Formats: sequence, structure tokens, C-alpha cells
Amino acid sequence: MTFDIAAILAVDGIASGAIYALVAIGTVLLFSVTRVMFVPFGDLAAFTALTLAALDDGKTPGTVNLVIALAVLAFAMEALALVRAGKMKMLPRAALFYLVIPIAVALAVRLLAPATPPLPVRLIMALALIVPVAPLLDRIVFRPVADAPVLVLLIIAVALHFALVGLGLLFFGPEGVRTQPLTSWSTEILGAMVSGQTVCIVIAAVALSALLYVGFEFTLTGKALRATSSNRTGARLMGVRPARAGTIAYVLSSILAGVSGLLIAPVNTIFYDSGFLIGLKAFVGAIIGGLHSYPGAAIGAVIVGLLESFASFASSSLKDVIVFSVLVPILVWRSLVSVHIEEEDEE
Amino acid sequence: MHRLAAVAVSALLVSAPAQAEIKLGFITALSGPAAALGIPYANGMKAARKYKAKIGNETVTLIQLDDGSDPAATTRNARKLVEEEKVDILIGTATAPGTIAMATIANELGVPMIAVSPIKIETADPAKQWTIAVPQPPMLMAKVVADRMKRDKVHNVGYIGFSDAWGDLVYAGGKAAEARGDIKLLTNERYARTDTSVTAQILRILATKPDGVLIGGSSTQAALPLLALADRGFKGHNYGLASLINPDFVRVGGKAAEGVQVSAGPVIVSEQLPDGHFSKKLSADFRAAYKEVNGSESRDGFSAYSFDAYLIFAGAAERALGKAKPGTLEFRKALRDEMLNTKELAGVHAVYNFKPGQGYGVDDRSLVIVKLKDGKWIYAP
Repeated sequence: MTFDIAAILAVDGIASGAIYALVAIGTVLLFSVTRVMFVPFGDLAAFTALTLAALDDGKTPGTVNLVIALAVLAFAMEALALVRAGKMKMLPRAALFYLVIPIAVALAVRLLAPATPPLPVRLIMALALIVPVAPLLDRIVFRPVADAPVLVLLIIAVALHFALVGLGLLFFGPEGVRTQPLTSWSTEILGAMVSGQTVCIVIAAVALSALLYVGFEFTLTGKALRATSSNRTGARLMGVRPARAGTIAYVLSSILAGVSGLLIAPVNTIFYDSGFLIGLKAFVGAIIGGLHSYPGAAIGAVIVGLLESFASFASSSLKDVIVFSVLVPILVWRSLVSVHIEEEDEE
Repeated sequence: MHRLAAVAVSALLVSAPAQAEIKLGFITALSGPAAALGIPYANGMKAARKYKAKIGNETVTLIQLDDGSDPAATTRNARKLVEEEKVDILIGTATAPGTIAMATIANELGVPMIAVSPIKIETADPAKQWTIAVPQPPMLMAKVVADRMKRDKVHNVGYIGFSDAWGDLVYAGGKAAEARGDIKLLTNERYARTDTSVTAQILRILATKPDGVLIGGSSTQAALPLLALADRGFKGHNYGLASLINPDFVRVGGKAAEGVQVSAGPVIVSEQLPDGHFSKKLSADFRAAYKEVNGSESRDGFSAYSFDAYLIFAGAAERALGKAKPGTLEFRKALRDEMLNTKELAGVHAVYNFKPGQGYGVDDRSLVIVKLKDGKWIYAP
């Protein structure tokens, strides 16, 4: 391996690693606030890419119908719960958040789609369409069992992933898509060509991680989310509503999934079922960070990306074997470390 | 099991109940992951029945079942077709594992079968051979491509393909050409359909300085290595097999896919074939029948496989009708013998010659080289 090749592989690895990092940060965010290991996270990223591709072609994306269906279902469940609890006064507010806003977004996209607006508008449309999906899924699937053990939530998330893959095939069809690059600009760093797209991906990953860090450290909502993640009951006693914290976490992580979907769409062909592998590799990254540290997850994800890139050069058919084998020693190390923390908690 | 497309019985049969009918059991995947192939197979069968509704004086009753791309369902359906519906012949299905399962049932119950997916056919004991296959075997596809590489003076070839059975088959085809001394394969790089990047594999291929690259992928994701090659400024020739022919491959590959040469059945470029080519007139008839029953243009090779399967069946059944009455064991045997006695039967993909002990009946005439130019496949003799 020459230096040139190593540089090209490093750039390629960092680009995929930055995408995994966005998904990994979202996974950690959701896991710490809601205790849900949100397996379909990668699917949301893939759906964003497929939505953008449909918008590029001036077609109405399948996500429009998905959002409308989910909104109706979520509102029906919320309304039923409110009526049963005798809180009729809350109904208009629930209707606004669960029914009116998502459907308005979906209809707006549907009206605008045939006109093929300029690229920045299409990016916002795709993102706006994907953001309601996770919070609505949370209301339908996870809210009724919010206090279930982590394992139950994980199994439900796995089932949800399979349901979403099936819906993806129904809405987007079996063929893959690839969108136009956001920019055709490119530069040379250390003898390796770096495309503008790669630069965009890295900047977005760094900027969003920094924003999250600032948000969690210095704002009241961020502190409420952190409180919920460290102790649900304690946060409740202090006046933080876990359900609301959960919704905020879902919206934030939807944005992360959406952005990674928009960024990955021009660099790789995305299929309805591409999301799982992205989510899985991000998960490995998140595990390296111990599932609670955002910088740890981001660094872990970049390590996975680099490892993957060099592993495909070493032996392309054993690439995934190498990447996932790395998980074993990390899990051993992590389990040794985390037992120690739990003991401290019990004291 | 689902019975999506119900039994289609010709009106003629109702008016002439005294006549015997030939029952054709057809299994395809109308749902599940293989539906993208299974639906064209079903459309091709519809076109074939439009093209030739009667065999001799007999009507053909088609019983079509959906296996949902699941080999276990294929097995159940095949058994049901033979034991309950008493079909005279089986044709199917969209997945290779399903087709293998179906052939096992056909051999066990003694029913002739025509496979529309490329599978290995058991021919150790010719007396027990009930199955033949229509498609061009991958080895032949690779041979025709290797012949073209030789003509293009492309000797050193890099290989990149899927990390699955298809990738292995194409690689084996390339290796066979290497054994004949036509080309030299320099690499055996693999990638998965869901991979995000093949940059590393392409770097390895380019390090060997190949004259050309052979792609062992299929449909949309076969474009991924081509895009990575174009990114690295590769100027050599690119080759592939018929699995690249797909509108989404052209759309995703864009400029990077321009100039790629693949071996494919002549039906793909039938309009561009010279007059007098066996496939030209027949393909035009097939396209017309297809458009009439399905309301859309046929641009894929899969629907043409079911069309050819039906033609082979019709030819054999015509001859077998002289020997026995449909619905009997004797007829099934006669049909099998006549199927294996098919000589110089022109289809839209190939000229078929079957004989006992051979599962495939195609030769070099079944494949032409087509080249992608300005987003269209052009016949490149």
C-alpha cells in the first residue's frame, strides 16, 4: 500500500464514518432519553434519500402517504387516551401536533412536488417530510409501553424495522436511487482528491455534533433531556415530563437521520433496505462510545468508517467480518468497565 | 396459498366440453423480493398465450400460482398443481432456489417441467430427467463476453462482483475463459449490494493496470463499480453480463456506464437485428402480443423467457398429441420425450435444441453483445 492509496482510503473512510457518526449520535440520544435502541434509525436515513430522489424526478414521494397514515393513527390513539382519561381540553392541542402539522407538511410537499422546486427547497421538503415520522412512530409504538424493560423495547424496535422495510418496498419499489451531488467542486489534500460532497458531510457531522453539545450543556431543554436520561423518576419529580423529553429526542434524532440521508444519497445508491447496515455500523460506533457519550459515539463511528475502508482494501469479501469482529473485544472491554459503574450506582 | 391470478379458462372450452384440454401449471413470484422478476415472467406468459392460444385442436388451460418468492411455497404449489389440478406440465419460477425445489417435485412426480431461471439440472440418469431450462447459462454468457474481450484485444482483466452466488458464477465464467487462454483475470474483488463504497476495491484493481474490467453485479448496484472507476479516471473497457440490463442501472450509472458491453439475448435489441435473424420477426410478434395483453412495452429479458418456455412446450405438445391423450401419464411421458427432442426451435432468445441428458438447449446464437450508448443498448455485432 502506497501513501497515495492510504490517503484515498482515509478520505473515503472519514466520509462514510461521518455519516455513521450522525446516525450514531442520534442512536445515543434516543437510547439515553427513551431507553429505546431505535433499530429503524438507518431506515429513516434511507427513506430520506429515497424521498429526495423522488422529489428530484418531480414525483410525489411515498413518504407523503406514510406520514398521513401515521398521523391519523397517532392522533386516533392519542385522542382515545385523552378521552379515556377525561382530558377533553387537551384534544385541540393533540390534534394540532399529531394531525394538523404532519398532514399540512405532507400535503404541502404533495402540491409542490410536481413543480420540481430548486434543490435547496427540495432538501428542506425531504427533511420536513421525514422529521414527523419518528415522533409519530414513538406515539404509536413506544409510548404505550414506555416503562417496559430495555429488552422488550429493543425487540419492538426490531419488529418496527421489519415493518418499515416492508413499507419501504411498498412505497419506493425495489430499485435503488442516487441523487445529483450537492456540489461539483473538489480539491486535493495530501495527493488525494476530496470531493465537495465529502467536505459537506464532514462539516455537517462536526457542526451538528457541536450544536448538540452546546444544546445539551447550555439550554434548559437540553438539561431536561439530560436529566431524563440519567434518572427518569428523579427528573419527573423535578417537573420534567419524560413523554415530552422523548418527543424532543425523537424530533432531534429524526433531523440527524434526515441529514445523513440527504448527505449519503449522492455518494451511494440507496435501496429501500439499505438503512439497516448503516444503522448497524453506526451502532458499532455508538457502542465504542459506550452508548452514552456523544463525542465517543462520533469518534467510534469514524473509526468504523476508516476500518471498513482499509478492510475492503485488504480483503473485500471479508470486509464486514473484520468490521463486526472488532465489536467483540470492545464489548468485552465495555462490559468490564460498565460493571464497575453499576456498582458505584448501587452504593 | 395465495391464488392471486385465478384460473384462466378459455371460452372455447366451455362451448366444446367434449374436447380434452392441456393443463399448464405456472408458478411465479408476484409478491416478495423476487417480484421484480416474477411479474415480468407472468406478463410474458400472458403474451405467449395471446400469441398461441391453441395447440393442435386442444385449448390450453393455464393455472397460475404465486409463490411469494418463497421456495417452501413453490414446493407446496408445485405439489398442489400436480396432485390436485393434474397438470400436464410445470413452468416456473422467478427465484433459483424455488426453481430447484420445483424441479425436485417434477422429477419425483413424473411431470415435465421447463425452468425459466438458470439452475443446475440433474441429468445423471436420462430416464429420470423431467426438467429442461430456457435461459442462457451464466458460463455461456461469460464465454461470449470473453470472446469479445479477445476481439477488443483486452487481455488483462480486473474482476469485481457481488459477494454472493452470482458473483461466484461470473468469476467462474471468467476463470474458464482464462483456462482457454482468452483472457487473464487479475483480481477477484467483491462487494455487497448494500455497500456504501467500493473505492478500496477499485484502487486494488487499478493497481494491477488492467485493460478492462468485468462486472459481476446485477441491476442498479452493478453501476457502483463503474461510478468508482470513472471517479478514478479509468479509461479501459468495461464488460458485464445480461444482469446489467435494467433501466435503473442506466439511470444510476449515467455517464460512468457509457460504453459498457454486455452479452444478452437478442430479444433485447430485436429491432436493430439484421433482417433474417431468427429473433427479429418473432420478437416483433412477441412485443405486439405483449402490448395488447399488458398495455405496456416489453423491454426486459425475463418476460421473453416465459414466452420461449411456452413455445418449447407448445412445439412438444403438438407432437405429443399424436401419441396420447392429455391428462394421462402416457401424455406426460410423451410430452417429456418430445420436449427433449426439440430441434432448431426458434424462440426470441435463442434457437433451442434439447436432447436427453442435457438440461440446456442454447448455443452461441442465443447471445449478442450490446453496448450502452447515450443511455440506450445498441447492438454491437
